[in-house]
Amino acid sequence: MSTTALELSGITKRFGSFTANSDISLSIRKGSIHAIAGENGAGKSTLSNIIYGLVQPDAGTLYVDGNPCRFSSPREAIGAGIGMVHQHFMLSGTLSVMENILLGDERQGLLWPCRRSKARQDITDIAERHGMQLDPDAMIENLSVGEEQRVEILKLLYRNAQLLLLDEPTAVLAPAETRKLFSSLRSLRDEGRTIILITHKLDEVLDLADNVSIMRKGEITATLPCSETSKQELARLMVGRNVVLQAENPPHTPGAPLLEIDELSLQAGNGRPRLEKLSMTIRKGEIYGLAGVEGNGQSELLQLLWGMLPDNARTTGSARLDGKELTGLRPVDIAALGVSCVPEDRHRHAAIGQFSIEDNMLLGRHREKTFVRGSGFDSRSREQLSRDITTHYDLRTGNGTNQAFESLSGGNQQKIIAGRELSRPALRLLLLGQPTRGVDIGAIELIHKKILEARQAGVAILLISTELEEIITLSTRIGCIYKGKIRHEFSPEEVQEGRTAPGTFSESIGMHIT
Amino acid sequence: MQKPLPRIVTPAAAITGGLLLSALLIMAAGRNPLAMYAKMVSMTFGSTYGTGQVIFRTTTLVLAGLAVAIPFRAKLFNIGGEGQILAGAFTAAVTAAFLPSWTPAPAAIAIAALAGAAAGSAMGLSAGLLKVRYGVNEVISTIMLNFIIRGFTSYMLTNHLALPSTAHTPDIIDATIIPALWQHSPANYSVLLAGGTTLAGYFLLFRTRFGFEMRACGLNAEAAAHAGIDTGMHTLYAMAAGGAAAGLVAANLVLGYRHCFEAGLTAGIGFTGIAVALLAKAHPLWILPSALLFGFMEYGGLSVNAYVPKEIFMMMQAVIIIMVLVMQKK
Repeated sequence: MSTTALELSGITKRFGSFTANSDISLSIRKGSIHAIAGENGAGKSTLSNIIYGLVQPDAGTLYVDGNPCRFSSPREAIGAGIGMVHQHFMLSGTLSVMENILLGDERQGLLWPCRRSKARQDITDIAERHGMQLDPDAMIENLSVGEEQRVEILKLLYRNAQLLLLDEPTAVLAPAETRKLFSSLRSLRDEGRTIILITHKLDEVLDLADNVSIMRKGEITATLPCSETSKQELARLMVGRNVVLQAENPPHTPGAPLLEIDELSLQAGNGRPRLEKLSMTIRKGEIYGLAGVEGNGQSELLQLLWGMLPDNARTTGSARLDGKELTGLRPVDIAALGVSCVPEDRHRHAAIGQFSIEDNMLLGRHREKTFVRGSGFDSRSREQLSRDITTHYDLRTGNGTNQAFESLSGGNQQKIIAGRELSRPALRLLLLGQPTRGVDIGAIELIHKKILEARQAGVAILLISTELEEIITLSTRIGCIYKGKIRHEFSPEEVQEGRTAPGTFSESIGMHIT
Repeated sequence: MQKPLPRIVTPAAAITGGLLLSALLIMAAGRNPLAMYAKMVSMTFGSTYGTGQVIFRTTTLVLAGLAVAIPFRAKLFNIGGEGQILAGAFTAAVTAAFLPSWTPAPAAIAIAALAGAAAGSAMGLSAGLLKVRYGVNEVISTIMLNFIIRGFTSYMLTNHLALPSTAHTPDIIDATIIPALWQHSPANYSVLLAGGTTLAGYFLLFRTRFGFEMRACGLNAEAAAHAGIDTGMHTLYAMAAGGAAAGLVAANLVLGYRHCFEAGLTAGIGFTGIAVALLAKAHPLWILPSALLFGFMEYGGLSVNAYVPKEIFMMMQAVIIIMVLVMQKK
C-alpha cells in the first residue's frame, strides 16, 4: 500500500486561451487534511473538478493510491473512492436524509425494495462515529445548512469514499457549525481517510489542515506543512504580487459624510446571516474601497443599497443617504436621489444583450426628462448620449451603436455600463460592484480614470472589488469585509502610504480578509 | 461571429417544408399536389367570395396572433387566447343584443367591441395577477381559465340566454352590426380594426418608453429590475393587452359576421393564434402576413375538401410551426 492517497503530476487545463491550471504537481499523504488555498480565479475549482472527474485535464496524470487514473465522469471518481462536497449542495429537498444518501447507490435491483432498516442502521453508525448526528427520516427541506452539509458528507462515507474533497465548506456555516464540521473532519482523518479542503480562509487552514498548497494564477506556488508556516507567509504567497495598475491618485480631502450605514444586519431568506451589524460611512469626494473575498456579504450590501434585495430577506439597522433612509426603497426612488449603480454581474443585471448599444445606454435612465418626448424618446438627446459615451469612453463598436450589445467585447460592454452610470445627472453616490471584472487592461485604465474624475467632482463612491490592486489603486479609505462585517479599516493616510508599497500593503489587507 | 440570416429565411424555409410535406400527403390521397394548390388559390383569391372568406379569417387570426405576441414580448406565454376570445365574443354578443335599439350605430359598435375587449382583457389580467401575486405559471392559469370560461358561457347560453329551441343568443341590434366589405362576404370592416390594432401594437412595443420597458422585462427581467423597471406591472400590462386583442375578435366574429353568440363560434381560434404569433416571431407587423397565410390555408383547405381531406392542411400548419421552432435553435 502506498502512503500517498493522491498524486497529481503535470496537470494542465486550458479553457480557450485561458490557462486555468498550469503544470500542477502535488502529492497528498494518506490520512491527512490537505488544504488548497488561493484567491478567486486562482484555479482551485478547476483543479478540484479535475480530481473529481467533472473536467478532463489537457495534460498530466492523476494517481490514486499509486495507480494512474483517468476519470471521465464523477461516477468513475466515486468508484475509485473519491467524493466531493460542492459549495452548493446537490440534494433533493422532497426526499428524506436516508433517501438522499441511498439515491444512486441503492444496492438493490431496480425493482426490488431498498433494505431500509439496514441502510438506516449503517447511516446512523457512520454518523455517530464522527459526531454528525442526524435523523435519517428527516426531510431535507427541513434541515439547516449545516445539517444538509452533513448529509452530503454522509453520502460520501456511505459510498465508502476514502478521499473527500470539500469546496469552501465553511462558506455557508455559522461559527458553531464550523467547529462541529472541523471536529468531524478530524475524526475522519484519524480513521485514515484523506481530506482535501479548498478554501481561501487562512485561519481555517491553519486551524484544521496538516499541509497547505497555495495556488495563484493556475499554479501551485508553494506546499507547506501548516505547523511550519504563519498566516503572514500564506497571505503573502496568496495575494502578494506586483501591482501593475497605475492611476494618478493624488492625496485629497474628502468632504462631509454622505452615506451612513449603521449596524446593518441582513438575513437571507433561508435565515443565513449575510451582514452582521455592519457600520461604515462614505464621504463626499472619497472612494471607499471594500476589500474582501467574494461571498462575505458584499453582494448583499450592494443589493440592499440599490433596493434589489429579495423579498424574503430581513434587515435591521439603517443606511442613510444624507439623512434619507435607503432601505426599503425601490431602485427608481434610489436613482432619483442621485445614486448610480454598476452591478457586479454585467450580463445578468447591468444590460440586455439583445438590445442595441444605444438602448442599453438608456436602460435605467430612460425616465430622465432629457430623453423623454411624447410617449417615446427624443431621438436627438438620445443620439447625443450615445455620442458622448462613445467618445468619452473610447468605444470601439465597429459599426455604430445600433448593433446588439452582446456582440461587443467585455471591455466595451463595461465601458458602456460605466459611461451610463457615471454620466447620470446630479450624481451624488456611486455604487460600483466589480467595475472592471473580466475587462482588458485598456478598459480598466479608462474606467479607473473616470472613477477618479467622479471622485474629484465630489461624488461619494463605494467600490466593491475582489481585486486588491484595484482597491489599492483607487481607494481613499479601505474597509476589509469578512463574514458580513467590516473587520478592519485603513485610514486615508495608511492607504496613501500603502500605495507606495503595494506588495506589502496587499499582504496586510490580505490578513484581514482571509 | 456568424451573420444572422435575414428574418424572412426561417419562415420561408418552414413554409416550403410544409408545402413539400403536404404535397406528399396529397399524393398519398391520390391527387396531384400542384393541381390542388392551384385549385386552392383559384377558390380563394380567384373569387370575390373566396377572397372575402380569407380576409374574414385573417382578421380573426391577426387579433388572435396579437393576443399571443404581445405577452410573448414580455416573456409570457399566453395560452389563454381561446378563453379570452370566448369571453370577448360572449360579452360583446350579450352587450350588443341588450343595448337599447335607439343607440346610434358608431357608439353601439364601439360599446359592444369595447365590452368584448374588456372581457378578454379581464381574463388576461386574471392570469397576470395569479402570476405576479402567487407565482402561478401563466401557461397553467390561462389553460384553467379557458375551462372556466367555457363552462360559464355554455351554462349561461343553454340555461339563460339561448332563444327557445336554438343554441344561440338573440340577434344583436342592427346598430351594432359592422357592415360587410361587399355583398355576400363574411369579410367586414373590422379588418380595419385588426389592422389598426396591429399598428398600435407595433407602436406600443417599439416606439414608446412603455414598450422599451416591456421588452426589457421580456429579454432580461433581472436587468430590467435593476434599471428600476417594475417587472410585475409589466406582466399585468402585457397580459391585459393580449387579452384585449383577443377580446376584439368579437368585433369580427359577432358584430361583423354571426350577429349572435352560439356554442363553438370561437373554438380553436386561440390555438391557431399561437401558431400565427410563433411564425411571426411575435413581431406585430409580421403577424399580418402570418395570419394571411393561415387564413388562406384554413379556407383553401376547406375549399378543396371535396378532393383531399382538409385535415392535411391542419397538419401542414402544425408542421410549419414545428419547423420554425426547430430552425430557431441552431
